[in-house]
Amino acid sequence: MITLTINGREVQTPRGSTILEACQRNGISIPTLCYDPDLRLAGSCRMCVVEVKGRPLYAASCVTPAESNMIIETDSEGIVAARKVILELLAARHHFNCQVCEKNANCTFQDYCYQYGIKESRYEYGHGAIYEITDPNPFLERDYNKCIMCTRCVRACEEITVARAINVKNRGHEAKISTAFDGNLADSPCVFCGQCVMVCPTGALTSRVSAGMGRSYEVDKVLTTCTYCGTGCTFELNVKDDRVVGVTSDRTIVGSPVNKGALCVKGRFGWDFIHANDRLTTPLIKENGEFREASWDEALDLVAQRLGEIKTEHGPDSMAMFTSARVTNEENYLAQKFTRAVLGTNNVDHCARL
Amino acid sequence: MTNSIGELEKDAKCIFVIGSNTTENHPVIGMKIKKNVLYNGAKLIVADPRRIDLASIADVYMPHLPGSDVALFNAMMNVIISEGLADENFIAEHTEGYEAMAEVVKKYTPEYAEPITGVPAEKIRQAARIYAESDAAAICYAMGITQHRNGTDNVKSACNLAMLTGNIGRPGTGVDPLRGQNNVQGACDMGGLPTVFTAYQAVTNDAAREKFEKAWGVPLPGHAGTVLTEVINKAHHGDVRALYVLGENPMMSDPDLEHVEEALEKIDFVVVQDIFMSETARFADVVLPGASFAEKDGTFSNTERRVQRVRKAVSPPGQARSDWEIICDLATRMGYPMSYANSEEIFEELRTLTPSYAGMTYQRMEGGGLQWPCPTEVHPGTPFLHKDGNFSRGLGAFTAIDHIDPGEMPDQEYPIRLSTGRSLYHYHTGTMTRRASALNEHVPAAELEINAGQAAEMGIKDGELVKISTRRGSLKMKAKVTDKIARGVAFTTFHFTETPANVLTSAEFLDPVAKIPEYKVSAARIDKLSAEEMTG
Repeated sequence: MITLTINGREVQTPRGSTILEACQRNGISIPTLCYDPDLRLAGSCRMCVVEVKGRPLYAASCVTPAESNMIIETDSEGIVAARKVILELLAARHHFNCQVCEKNANCTFQDYCYQYGIKESRYEYGHGAIYEITDPNPFLERDYNKCIMCTRCVRACEEITVARAINVKNRGHEAKISTAFDGNLADSPCVFCGQCVMVCPTGALTSRVSAGMGRSYEVDKVLTTCTYCGTGCTFELNVKDDRVVGVTSDRTIVGSPVNKGALCVKGRFGWDFIHANDRLTTPLIKENGEFREASWDEALDLVAQRLGEIKTEHGPDSMAMFTSARVTNEENYLAQKFTRAVLGTNNVDHCARL
Repeated sequence: MTNSIGELEKDAKCIFVIGSNTTENHPVIGMKIKKNVLYNGAKLIVADPRRIDLASIADVYMPHLPGSDVALFNAMMNVIISEGLADENFIAEHTEGYEAMAEVVKKYTPEYAEPITGVPAEKIRQAARIYAESDAAAICYAMGITQHRNGTDNVKSACNLAMLTGNIGRPGTGVDPLRGQNNVQGACDMGGLPTVFTAYQAVTNDAAREKFEKAWGVPLPGHAGTVLTEVINKAHHGDVRALYVLGENPMMSDPDLEHVEEALEKIDFVVVQDIFMSETARFADVVLPGASFAEKDGTFSNTERRVQRVRKAVSPPGQARSDWEIICDLATRMGYPMSYANSEEIFEELRTLTPSYAGMTYQRMEGGGLQWPCPTEVHPGTPFLHKDGNFSRGLGAFTAIDHIDPGEMPDQEYPIRLSTGRSLYHYHTGTMTRRASALNEHVPAAELEINAGQAAEMGIKDGELVKISTRRGSLKMKAKVTDKIARGVAFTTFHFTETPANVLTSAEFLDPVAKIPEYKVSAARIDKLSAEEMTG
């Protein structure tokens, strides 16, 4: 451990940590935009600058190693003024339409602008480029007019998904996130996992499937396990008015032990079948080749009666149950218990083979 | 999986992926493998008839023909033994049956295997050396290994290879089946199989049966039941009178759908409990509306044996009910009262009968789930099995296995080996993903992957409608002309009700032990359509 002074307080941090990590360990909050604990450091947004005594320039705390006996100020007048300029520079290329933006009230960039009182930018953005939202995919929307070039999406694509579909094209004012040759995502190695949406600190990347369905402050998040393949990814179902309106990631090791927030296209964007309008909503009984609606009492009495009759007439082994790799352990346990204890046969199986 | 998913990201120094298109079917596991290979320097060996995404970053890629897995494994083992790369200490201390296996493997030189597998001998040598010389090597496989008439032999061959090199019982090693469905591991663990109660306690074992009879308060049948694929065959002969289908869709997922349809029609009474009017539900006498995963509480067990919570987020639509509530209500009506206040009460009962789950509680699972075996409430769970080479049966058993041809080999009439599988954008029989608006918009139909050279010879262009036929039936679908598939092989997905691929597959060739159908090899022919046929 090394000892250093932050905001007049003596603190300790392991050798090898950055100033940002030293601050985080000691409960000192530092604003960050391009920093993401799961991604390699970029040190590009400069939002996390701090004052290090004896150094002529402000240091980006996310990429500056903490050293023994350093004296650091994280909230001085000069630092606040610098962060305001940094936000203004970023705001120059950010199209503020917060009232209709999907990320409203769930946007790191908006939070900092609010916190530092940035209502507009004094700067003009290069040629004043306005980008059209053209990518035709049904999963995610990329609005370049809100992009602050933090490159978290690029690094998530490279390091979490390892799809390497996007990177920074051009430099300076002309810089933008792009696929090779600036084509559509569908023609790139993009697999539409939405890890880029997960890490974006602005409204530049949002889910088209969730668009318009609810604000972050209107939804309850319910941590659960994905219903698709056997990997066992966990995620949060976003619920508004008893309807699922989206999926977000809990990236903690406890909330997401297998996937650490990473998902695939089915987990992140394939949930709206839950409310499909052809869900079965009532028991059905077939009569003369046609289904008619029935009450639970009528349907279950009929099933109980027919299974009872067949058991008596043809014996338990004339019956079989296909239980399911889709339903819960508790339900599978009961399904085999029902088959063995009630029907009286071991004819129970499921689609493990298929 | 003997080992854990996280180990593929950091502990494995070599990963051998065979019969798994991991980045499409287990995308998040695929991401971890790619990360390990590209950023940590792990070696990657890929064997698959299709040049899948992982092949592009593999150290060795072997495009072996469908149905030639045993020959490929044996040839790799031949190299390892003949070049002195086997782990002799591990073999001596922890295994049995080595000599008989080595005797069979002797003839499988890479040159002998080359014409069977279609893989150049030198590639087999390279792969064998990389696998054997790595400090920790894992084998990942999926249905490309199991869905063969000799699927069990294929799995045992993977085990042979792991034991031969001592790649078991340590982090980053192991034999890792990547299981395809959210709770297929749990359905097996919970005794959703005709031969076993929970935790694989045999129904034919008197002590096990007595335990369950005592817990459930009724006498139980002591002879094994019938597996799914054979239930369909029995129904054909009129020997199945009632079938209760809970959240399954055999009219899309089972081989030879015409055969399944005839069977379902012969059954006197069919109950289907599902969330949609599936292809199978249409054949039901009674349909019961169940709840989706978002509408109920419970647990799922993933492919690395991790049991995790499922939590209710929304109410089921209309009168739909949780599946467990329906079963309880029905059992009670049939004179066997079942009553639980919630899913946790069921879990509390099942863990008293399930040794590998005995130490798990809902509360303990809050911290990121628990991996079985977890026998006591202070046990932390088990990230990898067979620690230090201590196998659950004592010594690890080598099996001597010879290659056999697939049930249907290509011939003049049906010269192509057709394989079926899944796409990244859809899931199994499509009941859910076809109704997920974005997924279905992005990939609305099946395609038939055809080797580019072969397509050119047949005058078939990319995107053209073609006919694919087997001895069971035929379908028309768009050709996807690609150099990513080996010559003589074609591939399509089984998600689409408009082109149900299982009208093509065969129910005839089942693995003798697992009774799994040979979905990965059907002898098929591809026909170019005339202009009228294309529009008609």
